[in-house]
Amino acid sequence: MEVLQLLVSGLANGCVYGLIALGFVLIYKATEQVNFAQGDFMMLGAFITLGLTNAHYMGLPFWVAAPLAIAIMAVLGYLLDFFVLRHLFGQSQTAVVILTIALGFVIRFVAGLIWTHEPQTLESPLAIGDINIGGLVLGRADVAVIVVTVLLTFFLYQFFQRTKLGLAMQAASQNQMAAYFMGIPVKRVQGMIWGLSGAVAAVAGILFASKGAIDPNAGLLGIKAFAAAVIGGFGSLPGALMGGLIVGVIEPFASYYFPAGYSQIAPYALLLFVLVFRPHGLFSQVRTKKV
Amino acid sequence: MRIHFKTSYEHDIRLFPDWWSFFVYASLIFIAVVLPWLIDDFYLGEVTNVLIWAIAGLGLMMLTGQTGQASLGHAAFLALGCYSCVIFMEQGWPFLIAFPAAGFLTGVVGTIIAIPAIRLHGIYLAIATIALSILADDIIVLMEPITDGVSGKFAPMINIFGIEIERWTTPDRFYWLVLAVTILCTLAYRNILRSPLGRAFAAVRDSEVSATAMGVHIAKTKAISFGISCAITGLAGALMGFYSGAFNNETFNIVISITLLMMIVIGGLGSIHGAFFGAVVVAFLPQFLSIAKETVIGGGVAIPGLETGVFGMILILFILFEPMGIYGRWMKIRIWFELFPFARKDMFKRQKSYLKTERLR
Repeated sequence: MEVLQLLVSGLANGCVYGLIALGFVLIYKATEQVNFAQGDFMMLGAFITLGLTNAHYMGLPFWVAAPLAIAIMAVLGYLLDFFVLRHLFGQSQTAVVILTIALGFVIRFVAGLIWTHEPQTLESPLAIGDINIGGLVLGRADVAVIVVTVLLTFFLYQFFQRTKLGLAMQAASQNQMAAYFMGIPVKRVQGMIWGLSGAVAAVAGILFASKGAIDPNAGLLGIKAFAAAVIGGFGSLPGALMGGLIVGVIEPFASYYFPAGYSQIAPYALLLFVLVFRPHGLFSQVRTKKV
Repeated sequence: MRIHFKTSYEHDIRLFPDWWSFFVYASLIFIAVVLPWLIDDFYLGEVTNVLIWAIAGLGLMMLTGQTGQASLGHAAFLALGCYSCVIFMEQGWPFLIAFPAAGFLTGVVGTIIAIPAIRLHGIYLAIATIALSILADDIIVLMEPITDGVSGKFAPMINIFGIEIERWTTPDRFYWLVLAVTILCTLAYRNILRSPLGRAFAAVRDSEVSATAMGVHIAKTKAISFGISCAITGLAGALMGFYSGAFNNETFNIVISITLLMMIVIGGLGSIHGAFFGAVVVAFLPQFLSIAKETVIGGGVAIPGLETGVFGMILILFILFEPMGIYGRWMKIRIWFELFPFARKDMFKRQKSYLKTERLR
């Protein structure tokens, strides 16, 4: 029973990691860039929802505020691409890495200015109440997290596999010039993908804030999400979710079975292990090209 | 304008291009040596800090600027250098042996870590090194019998042939020590760059495929680059330990890693000047901001996170508008003056390039 309880709480945590990882993977899949600020995007999404919902700020009903926040984050993502990242078109990955890390700093600073550095809780209907299934106690927030994450991953996967836009995004990532010649508006497609990942970050943020308190440093969770994305394979959407779940499940088990200091290094040790033996992740879709 | 007619290969790889630049650097070193008599102890401490950051920057520059491997885990190597130097000295080793030994040990560990890491490209390496940086923090706590864990260690007195050197009581001696290490590291760096190894680094950075075609052993070159980079970083870490006096697992956290990478980008990737320019920015930004804050909104108002926020904004502007950093800007201004009536605006315009995926490697 205890093991099962650990497993479920781990899964709920892992879904949040998986959602942030999904944001990385979306951008990586479509633009070959990596957004090191995705964790801070998540934090920003949570705080925008909090600012719209909480009685202390705007006091909108949650079901109005949440879609609004998701839309705001999508627009922010698009604008970010339009004003900043488009200028880095075709430059090295390192430039984007450093730029997005810097962006994370700025977002954390701005969020701290607006919403202070005190931990706050989102007044969300998801946060209230537990569900009891045969002795297993599940927070409603945990259930919501798991359901939403699975649905979102499924839809995004279908989006990339089936729709024209999704295929265009993949084509644009593999060879920008060729995609451009085939009539794909590469720049606009990249802007859309940043918008989409902003929206996913907002969903992750809302779910995370429903589970507990949030403060501007919550974006550092992004580092764990990196571990998740790499373990799952950077180019694969279901892989990102699986990686998130693996990291999320490993954490409570490690802290349950190992002494204090060793438990927190478990996800990173696993990450290094995976990187050494399967550098492209467990669920990668990469095949080595032999010339 | 000075024109260099390079008539032989030796001309091309000379340490100083001409006597004038030799003279400039010699006078720079002279000013640096007499500095303790010119400024008071507080500013001397700040200059020492700049030099230590510059050494650390040189270390990362070797990896990121020359070989093109972005590392976000160099704080781990700073920590390793710092702890090993202090622990060696506690074993009774004299500073003159413990200090190079710490650098050597860090270099060896860096090379060992590099062996799996060289299979990774770009993003994966950055993430693996982030993990390294976080692991280092926890490992220091876990190895409490040696490292004293959270309570931390104190740097002992440095003793070189009976001359006692300590950061607070004899700041000028400590400054000279750091200066000597800086000059040695810079010379070593410059000499590596003009050796075959340095050109192999540049070849790996610019294109791995063409480097292989030229007969460069990619994995070996990357591992050597990692080793040298970590050795220099280890030396810087040891000096940082002596500079701060006391240190624990929190001293070398991931923020230091990130700051270090950003520092060399602001300074200018791939140039020795860049490491120094970047170090000046990193060391003086907090002071500058606090002065600016006091003049604009008056003292006493604390804005948490202001420094990192402003630092981030500066960095974004640099990457967008001056990817070559402060050194690039300086070069452009100098070339404008040298070419005076003939300088054209589009001389430094970047060429358009399109991304082709590297994912299928």
